[in-house]
Amino acid sequence: MNFKTFAAFVGPSVFMMLLFIAFPLASVLKQSFYVTQPIYDTVEVETCSPGFPDQICVTEQKSVPQLDEDGKIVEITTFVGLQSYRNVLELERAWNAVKTDGLMALQSIDFWKALRFTLTFTLITLPLVLGFGLGIALMINNASLAIKGPVIFISLLPFIITPVIGALSINWLFRGDGILTALIEWYLQRDVSMFAQAWTIEVLIMLYRVWHVAPFAAIVFYAGLQTVNSDALESAVIDGASRWQRMKYVVIPHLTPLIIFISMIHLMDAYRVFEEIVGFSSQGYVISLQWLTYDFLVPDQAGNRSISRASASAMLTMIGIAALLVPLLRRTWQDHKGDH
Amino acid sequence: MSSRALRQPLGLKLTSASFLALWCIVAAFPIFWITVMSFKSPVDAFSSNALNVVFGPHTRDTGHGISILDILLGIAVIWITARIMTKTLPGMIASYAPGGQKWAGWVIGVLVVAIGFLVTFFAILPAILDVLNPWFGPLGRDIIGLTTEHYKTVWVDRGFSNNFKNSMIVTTGVVTISLTVGTLAGYGLARSGSGLAFAILIIALVFRALPHSVLVAGYLPVFISSSEWLAPILGENAPTLYGKPFAVIAVLVAINQPFTIWMLRSFFQSIPAELDEAARVDGCNHFQAFRRVIMPVMWPGVITTGLFSFLLGYNDFLVTSLLLDAQNQTMVPAIAGMFSRETTTTDQVVAVAAAVSITAPLFFLVMVFQRQIVSGLTAGAVKG
Repeated sequence: MNFKTFAAFVGPSVFMMLLFIAFPLASVLKQSFYVTQPIYDTVEVETCSPGFPDQICVTEQKSVPQLDEDGKIVEITTFVGLQSYRNVLELERAWNAVKTDGLMALQSIDFWKALRFTLTFTLITLPLVLGFGLGIALMINNASLAIKGPVIFISLLPFIITPVIGALSINWLFRGDGILTALIEWYLQRDVSMFAQAWTIEVLIMLYRVWHVAPFAAIVFYAGLQTVNSDALESAVIDGASRWQRMKYVVIPHLTPLIIFISMIHLMDAYRVFEEIVGFSSQGYVISLQWLTYDFLVPDQAGNRSISRASASAMLTMIGIAALLVPLLRRTWQDHKGDH
Repeated sequence: MSSRALRQPLGLKLTSASFLALWCIVAAFPIFWITVMSFKSPVDAFSSNALNVVFGPHTRDTGHGISILDILLGIAVIWITARIMTKTLPGMIASYAPGGQKWAGWVIGVLVVAIGFLVTFFAILPAILDVLNPWFGPLGRDIIGLTTEHYKTVWVDRGFSNNFKNSMIVTTGVVTISLTVGTLAGYGLARSGSGLAFAILIIALVFRALPHSVLVAGYLPVFISSSEWLAPILGENAPTLYGKPFAVIAVLVAINQPFTIWMLRSFFQSIPAELDEAARVDGCNHFQAFRRVIMPVMWPGVITTGLFSFLLGYNDFLVTSLLLDAQNQTMVPAIAGMFSRETTTTDQVVAVAAAVSITAPLFFLVMVFQRQIVSGLTAGAVKG
């Protein structure tokens, strides 16, 4: 295939990716160094109210946004360097908090709070997803042929459901005296409120994510289990390997590429945790990095969006993504070289 | 696993089977439960007693309920519909639809059955049952409280049908454009093998990992001010891209592109290159080879990829909630808004009904396309 034909085939796709992914990325980087604000004029305003015997007049200084001839607010964009990053990171406040009250004091600053949760979430859910996924896959593999289809159908439901709605459906089971909270209360014989403190919400969010992603892991592992060499398994039995040893020395090594694949996908997706915060409406207690950017982008009461702070927090989020991507890219590169 | 050496003891089989049953309950329970909740009055739906939620005594007392007779006849209608779908319909399509237009036969057939089912189930059946119920004594008395008023509130009073329409516009746009662009690119990448093709794939992989909020932070200022910077090109009626469905479609297509081209590339690689080489020897150029040889055999891969594009467009919250204005709101942000704003329990149940409404199409999607979804999930993994 010569270059011209190749370009004709691939062109539209590359063009869309450049226009809608690469370009916004560059513009976010640029925005994070600039701040756009209305220009304010300080004017002296004299307000008089009727009084006796004289009017009472007060003169005060007010800042009013400048308007152009169409009546629109004039805005000016200034280069502020790393100021937006400082506003997001609040390094000085963070450092003081750490010095006086220890590491937990970082929780009072949004960015660090979000970073802590995002990392804990990613690292705790990863082994759970792999473990449950493998467990479910082994069980499906054990089941008789007649029920495999229906079981896979049911397993797909948590995976396919809209994330916000999935989180909401779990939320409704626990909210107030929801059915599962009632169950826990009955078991513990005391009053339980799942949405009154951060740690229970975090546990629910993690459970939701495992429920949502384990089916994906399970189905990939199940496909992998179909290709385990049964001769190898039988020879292991003849050599006297126990069930556990067969699992450890034959099945798991066979599944290793799939384990790496799922871990990569899961790390990428879990690091972007966002919908759960919306579904559990946990922003008062638990927030994530992507939610932080989202929150800067949502207009506040005055209708302003803090674009430059959003850009700064987005760029800071990207650092984590870059760290995750390096091993993945290295592996793809090695595979590619292996192919040729 | 037929070998005797690998046979498992009974205890292990039982443990495995019971854990599998437990998993199925865990997987299906939340969805099942919100479906049940959506049919009850608020008092029953948020009752802490599970039996109250299932049987809905309060809902029954307000005069909404179904009797044993209702349940039996309802199940009968559903069963007959299922029979027609699985047994009668394929036969009729095989005999009536002309060879090349099997799919058109399916579309028409399914539509007719669906409309017939809806009319029978929601119009004819209730009318018959109103007459029959008093005759059957205890069998005709309401035993389970059940009401569809929340669905009526959501779809009619709250204008959820408008959100549904917007969702359909966005998802249809995303699926068609994404597949058109992605199929061409996937084919090109699969057949090229040059360094450039590999570089594009690697960059796509990097793009796949980007948080969507980063991209939206890039679009927002540009979209809001677009009528200004588009004015020199398009003149007076330059559109403001913010709030427009087509802008969101373009954004979602781009976000989806990395996944689409990886998926379709691996699919096209599994189609032997000898096929299009043979066509080229016979005098086709690349496009003709693609059109005549590849297009007839590419549909399984395209359908699988299309399903995942559909899910991306349908499930998206972040992009649609930030880039669409109130009139063009899609279903997911609408529900999230409903949920966080409303405080009374009635409003909560209405939100539950909306959540069930949005999940129902996905349920049928899995039912029809289970095999394609599974093959799509495993395709990326097994090939590395």
